[in-house]
Amino acid sequence: MCLTCGCGSDEVLIRGRKLMNRPKAPVSFRLHRVEAKIAEDTQRIVKLEQDILHKNDRHAQGNRELFKQHGMLALNLVSSPGSGKTTLLVRTLQALQGRYPLAVIEGDQQTEQDADRIRATGVPAVQINTGKGCHLDAQMIERALPEMPLPEGGMLFIENVGNLVCPAGFDLGEFAKVVVLSVTEGEDKPLKYPDMFRAAELMLLNKCDLLPYLTFDVELAETYARRVNPDIRIIRLSAVSGEGMDAWLSWLEAQHLG
Amino acid sequence: MHEMSLAQNVREIIEQAARDQGFSQVKTVWLEIGRLSCVEQEAMRFCFSAAMQGSVAEDAQLEIIDTPGRGLCPKCSHEAEIENVYDACSQCGSYGLQLVAGDAMRVKELEVV
Repeated sequence: MCLTCGCGSDEVLIRGRKLMNRPKAPVSFRLHRVEAKIAEDTQRIVKLEQDILHKNDRHAQGNRELFKQHGMLALNLVSSPGSGKTTLLVRTLQALQGRYPLAVIEGDQQTEQDADRIRATGVPAVQINTGKGCHLDAQMIERALPEMPLPEGGMLFIENVGNLVCPAGFDLGEFAKVVVLSVTEGEDKPLKYPDMFRAAELMLLNKCDLLPYLTFDVELAETYARRVNPDIRIIRLSAVSGEGMDAWLSWLEAQHLG
Repeated sequence: MHEMSLAQNVREIIEQAARDQGFSQVKTVWLEIGRLSCVEQEAMRFCFSAAMQGSVAEDAQLEIIDTPGRGLCPKCSHEAEIENVYDACSQCGSYGLQLVAGDAMRVKELEVV
């Protein structure tokens, strides 16, 4: 086919794959032969084989090394909006305060409200507003870290944007992703959003104090989560009533030691 | 929609390659997108054309190489194509298949001028 106007055959194949469709032009193929020859000479294939997330992964690796240097356990908390992540985080910080240096990075599209709730506990927090962005990425974390005193030898909690889809693919350099699922959601969330439950090491089943008022099937939710990720740890808890919080705090202490 | 930030990453990869390898126009971009990666192909197509505006790949054709998922059974070692990460082994019915292919998101190659 003529590369200039598309006269001749209507598609170009490179290794059997269609290159481009162009409208057939009512002009002579011969007229464009010379120009096409020049175009053919300068066209070439550049092999890249580069991972689309390569840049994010590079920043994540930098964060991971920094966390290690400062002896910090960094966790990436992910969930859908309204799962109770911030309340859980506030209760967790209150329980750990005085025992570990702590810090929080909050991710939301808009507002400082979550960071304000964290700061009210006395723990330093940096709010990242992603604007229209639906997830935190490693470079945002890298930029947020100099904005706060690093919790040397302690714990850094990163509360991701409430979204069970996008944050799954972005490594922030954390030690682990912790997914929070509340019992006011459907038990089939792990099957509907498998990437997130596959990426997480721990699932916190939150708001368990509400179970008597709901039809949520805990066993089924856990079966689904393990179907997606056979190695996932699961803790049932309620940030409001405090049930199960000890198991979560023990898990945190074990990871911090480990 | 994280496809937009992924498309912006694709743009950065292409522009870096243009600087390194001295080309000024990209005619075709081949992306490998595994069916079990976190990318919706139609969303990627939409975001790709928006993200490439004003770049060396502004009018580039996007070709998506769609690779199927493959799972390896930890119990019976059977490997087969899978539709979902939570599929059961087609031979022994076990869950927890190890993903061996189909989650890649890669800029494979470019046709450049």
